[in-house]
Amino acid sequence: MSNVATTAPAPAAPPPVEKLKIKVDGREIEVPKLMPDWQGRLQPTTMLQACQIAGAEVPHYCYHPKLPVAGNCRMCLVEFGTPMMGPDRKPVLNPDGTPKIAKSVLPYEPGTPRGAIACATPISPGMEIYPGSAATQQMREAVLESLLINHPLDCPICDQAGECKLQEYSVEHGQANSRFVETKVHKPKAVDLGPRIVLDDERCILCTRCIRFSRDIAGDDALGIVNRGSYNTIAAWKEGAFDNNYTLNTVDLCPVGALTSRDFRFKMRVWFLKETRSVCTSCSTGCNITIGSREDVIHRYEPRDNDAVNAAWMCDAGRLNYKWVGRPDRLKEVRRRNADGTSDRIPWETAIREITARLSNAVSGSVAVVASARQTTEELHLLKKLANRFGAITDSVPRTGEADRLLVSADRNPNSNGARLTGIAYTEMGIRLPEIAEGIRSGSIRTLVVFGEDVTQHGIGADLLARLETLVVSDILPNPTTAAAHYLLPGCAHAEKRGTYINGKGRLQRFLKAVEPHGDARPEWEFLRELVTAVTAQAVPATLEGLFNEMSDGIPAFGGVRWAGIGDLGVNVTI
Amino acid sequence: MPEEFKLITKNLDQPGFTPDIGCYQRHGGYEALRKALSTAARDLPDGKKQSPQEVIRDEVLKSGLRGRGGAGFSAGLKWSFVDRRSGKPIYLICNADESEPGTFKDRQILHRDPHQLIEGMIISCWANDVKLAYIYIRGEMPIAARRLNQALAEARAAGFLGKNILGTGYDLEIHVHRGAGAYICGEETGLIESLEGKRPYPRIKPPYFPAVLGLYLCPTIVNNVETLCHVRHIVTLGGAEYAKLGTPNNTGTRIVSLSGDVQRPGYYEIEVGKVTLGELIQHPNFGGGLRPGRQLKAIIPGGSSSKVLKAGEKFQLKRKGPDGQMTSVETALLDLPYDFDSLQQAGTMSGSSAIIVLDDSRSMVATLGNLSEFYAHESCGQCTPCREGALWMEKALHRLNHGEGRKSDADYLLHIAQNIQGRTICAFGEAASWPVLSFVKKFRDEFESKGAADESARAANPARPQH
Repeated sequence: MSNVATTAPAPAAPPPVEKLKIKVDGREIEVPKLMPDWQGRLQPTTMLQACQIAGAEVPHYCYHPKLPVAGNCRMCLVEFGTPMMGPDRKPVLNPDGTPKIAKSVLPYEPGTPRGAIACATPISPGMEIYPGSAATQQMREAVLESLLINHPLDCPICDQAGECKLQEYSVEHGQANSRFVETKVHKPKAVDLGPRIVLDDERCILCTRCIRFSRDIAGDDALGIVNRGSYNTIAAWKEGAFDNNYTLNTVDLCPVGALTSRDFRFKMRVWFLKETRSVCTSCSTGCNITIGSREDVIHRYEPRDNDAVNAAWMCDAGRLNYKWVGRPDRLKEVRRRNADGTSDRIPWETAIREITARLSNAVSGSVAVVASARQTTEELHLLKKLANRFGAITDSVPRTGEADRLLVSADRNPNSNGARLTGIAYTEMGIRLPEIAEGIRSGSIRTLVVFGEDVTQHGIGADLLARLETLVVSDILPNPTTAAAHYLLPGCAHAEKRGTYINGKGRLQRFLKAVEPHGDARPEWEFLRELVTAVTAQAVPATLEGLFNEMSDGIPAFGGVRWAGIGDLGVNVTI
Repeated sequence: MPEEFKLITKNLDQPGFTPDIGCYQRHGGYEALRKALSTAARDLPDGKKQSPQEVIRDEVLKSGLRGRGGAGFSAGLKWSFVDRRSGKPIYLICNADESEPGTFKDRQILHRDPHQLIEGMIISCWANDVKLAYIYIRGEMPIAARRLNQALAEARAAGFLGKNILGTGYDLEIHVHRGAGAYICGEETGLIESLEGKRPYPRIKPPYFPAVLGLYLCPTIVNNVETLCHVRHIVTLGGAEYAKLGTPNNTGTRIVSLSGDVQRPGYYEIEVGKVTLGELIQHPNFGGGLRPGRQLKAIIPGGSSSKVLKAGEKFQLKRKGPDGQMTSVETALLDLPYDFDSLQQAGTMSGSSAIIVLDDSRSMVATLGNLSEFYAHESCGQCTPCREGALWMEKALHRLNHGEGRKSDADYLLHIAQNIQGRTICAFGEAASWPVLSFVKKFRDEFESKGAADESARAANPARPQH
C-alpha cells in the first residue's frame, strides 16, 4: 500500500494569470481578472474579492464564499467609480494625465452616489472602489438600521451573542440610536425546523444562507420563505421536516441567532469557550473541527474551513459525536487483575515495570497486537515498534457504514491509512484477526496487546481471552475486553491529547489537546513510549514532535514531512 | 385640436368587434404575420446581408418603439442584446402582469382584442428565433386568461401557431401562465422566477440579465402586452413610417389610463408627445376637466410609483432649437407633452402611462398612506432596504393618518425613503420610495401641519399614549 514517493514529472507551468489594475480606497492594486466562485470555477473577480485582496473589509451577511451569491442583504454596498469615457469611447484624462473617474450615481438623481453590491459586481480595468468612503458608510448604516428595526434586540439571552455579525457590524458600522418609533413585527419563536434545529424568526435577517446551503450543498430543498415583505419567515416545507445529516451547518452559517442548535442552545456563552483546532473522528473523511470547551468540558464541535477536506462543513452525526468524551463511566484507573478475579488500582510505574517484565519473557511469535484505526499515527507507530520486537502479528478492526455524496465516508475509522502506513494493518483491514484467534486457541499466542477495540466483537471471544497468559488492554470506555484485561491502561480521547490522523484520501492532519484526561488516564503515546523504551532498550524521542519526525523518517510515503510542516490544514501523503 | 389616435385600440373600440379570430381576420388580422413571414432577405449598402428575421428586428429598431411597460426602454435595443450565440433556446415572455395602480390599458387588449397580441407575439418570436413563448398573466384577470387561451386555440387551428406556421416550416408554441397575485411578478426577473415555479424574487443584475441568463438561464425577451401589439403595426407600416407617429425619440402611440378626479376617466390612445397633460385632463376629448368647483392639486403622471407633480409647478425642458442647439424651455405642468422624455426631464416618468388626477378635496397624507400600504403589502421582502423600509413607511403614515403624527415625521419619512432608492435588487425600491419622496418634498407643509396638529392634540390630552 505504501509507495515510495517518486519525483513526479514537473507539472507544466500554469498559464500566466491575467491581472487587472484597480484602486481600492485610493490604493492601486493588481488583482486576477478571474477568481474561483463558490464552486471553485473561475469567474470574473468581484469587488468583494478585490477588496479582500486589498485588505479592505467589506461587511456582508448573505455572501458566503461557499454558497451561490444571493445579493439580498445589501450590507456590502460600496461606492465606486469607473474611468470616464468620451464620445469617441476613449478614456477622458485629468489635466495631470490620469484617467478621469466617473463615480457611480443614481441615474435620476446625479448628486446621489449609487452603490453596487460588492459580492456580485465584477471589477473592470481602472475601476475605483471606495469601501471606506462616507457614502459607503452611510449605506451600511442604513442597512443596519433596517435590519435592526424589527429585531428583538435580545442579545442578553441570545446564543449568538459574542459571535453575532449583527452585533459586530452594529458596533463597527452602525449608529447608536434608532429613529424607529413604530411597533415591531412579531414573528414565531422557538420553531422546530427539524429535530436538531430551533428557529427564532424574529432574529432572522432573511439572508437565505440556510436555504441556499440546504438546497445547493446538502441537496435537500427543505427550507424556504413564506409570507411576504417584512413578514417574510424562514420555514421548513413541513414543520420539523428539516432533517438531513447536515442541518447543523445552517447554525454556523446563520450570521445571527436565528438558527440555533438544539444541542447547544442556552448551554454556554460562547466567549467562555476555549477553541482548539482538531479533527473529527467519526469517519475517515477527517473533517477539520474546532472544539469549543470550557473547564475541561466539551460543549460543541464546529467545522473548520479546509478546502482539501471538508470545505466549511461537517455532518450532524460527527458534530454531535462528542458526548462520550465526558461519559461518567470513562476508564480512570490503571488496574491489575488478580488470579481470583478481583483487581487492584496500581501506579503507572508498576504497570509499565510488570508489563515489561512479562513481555521480556515472551518468545518470538507468541505475541499479537490488535490496535485501533482510531488511534493516532504516532501511537500506531509505537505499537508497531513493540510488535517488531516479538515478530508479533498485528492488525486492527475495520468499521464501515454507508457513504453519502457530500462528506460521510464508508470507512468509519479516522485513521485507517495511518494503520496501514505504519504497518499495523493491511489493505484489507482485519484480515489477520482470525489468525490471531486461531493462534490463541492453539496456544501459540500467549500474549495479546489490545488498544482501543473490543476484540470480543471481532472473533476473539471472552473464552479465548481467558486462555491468554497476558492480556494488556488500553481503552477509554469499559467493555468485555477491558473486563478481561490483566493490565488495564486508561487512555485518552483525541480531544485530550495531540497526534495525527491520515484520512481516507491520504491527508495527514494533526489535532491539538482541548481538555484534560480523566483520572489516571494519559495519552497513549506517552506510556507506549515508556513501554517501548523499556522493552526494546532503544531510545525513543520524548516529545510528540520528535516522535512524529522519527516516524516520518521511517515511512517514505510521508515524504519527510516534519510536525511543524503539517500546519493547521494538513499535508498529503502517498497512500 | 387634440384628439385620440387609435392604432392599438382601433378595432376593439368599434361597436360589434368581438375577440374571436373570425372578426379579427375580417378586420385585417394576421395579414401582418403573413407579411412578416414572407419578408425577403435584404442587401445592405456595406455589402452585408440581412436575413428576413434581421430585417424585422431592424424595422423594430428603426421604428423607435419604446417599451410600454414602464421603463420606456427601446424595444429594438432590448432585442439586440439577446445572446444568439449561446446555442441555448431563446424564450419570449409577454408580461401581462399589469398591476401598477392606476393602469388598465393591457386589460382592454387582452379582453377585447387578444389576437392582436398573439399576432404581435408570433411576429416577435419569429424575428427572434423563438420556439416557445409564454404569456404571464396577472392572476386577477381570469377572464382575460380564458379569452387568451381560446384565442390561442383558434390561432393554432388556423395554422398561425403550432407546427409549420403558414407552411413556412417555423414552429412556435405559446402558453398562458397565470400569476397568483403578486405585484412583484411584473418585474421581469421576478416574473421569470415565478414562471420557473419559484418564489418571485427578482434576480441580481449582474449577472442575471434576461437577454443572456433569463428563463431557465437561457436568453429571454420580456415585453409588455402593448409593446408586442405595436410590433404588428410596425410590420404593417414599416419602421420608418411608424416612427413618423408621435414625436422624435417618443414614437408611435400610447394608451393612457386616466383615472382619479376627472369627469371622464378611461383609456385614451394618443400619439406620444402630441397631447399635453393639461389636454388629457381638461379637453372634452379626454378627461373633460375636473368635477365642478374643484381645483387641480396634483398629478401622478405614470402609475402610482412615479413621482407626483404639483399643480402650478414649472419645469425646464431641454428642446432642440431650429439651429440644432439645445435650449431650455420653461414649461408649465399642464403644458408638458405626454411623452417619455418630457416627463423624465420634469423629474418623474410616464411609467405605465397611468395618470391619476388629484383635486383639492384630497389629502396628500391620506393618499400617500394608501399608496404606501400597497407597497408595504407588495414588497417581496428579498432585500433589506425595501423589505424593512416599505413597511416602516407604511407604519409611519398609518400613525400620521390616525392622530399619532409628529411634526418631524416629514423628515423621518424622507430619511427612510432615501435609504431605499437605488439600493435594492429591483426597481421596486424606487417604486416604493418615490411616492414618499415626492409627496413629502412637494407637500411638506401638509405633512408637517398634520403632525403638528396631532402633537398639540396629544399635548392637550396627556392621558393619551405618547410617541
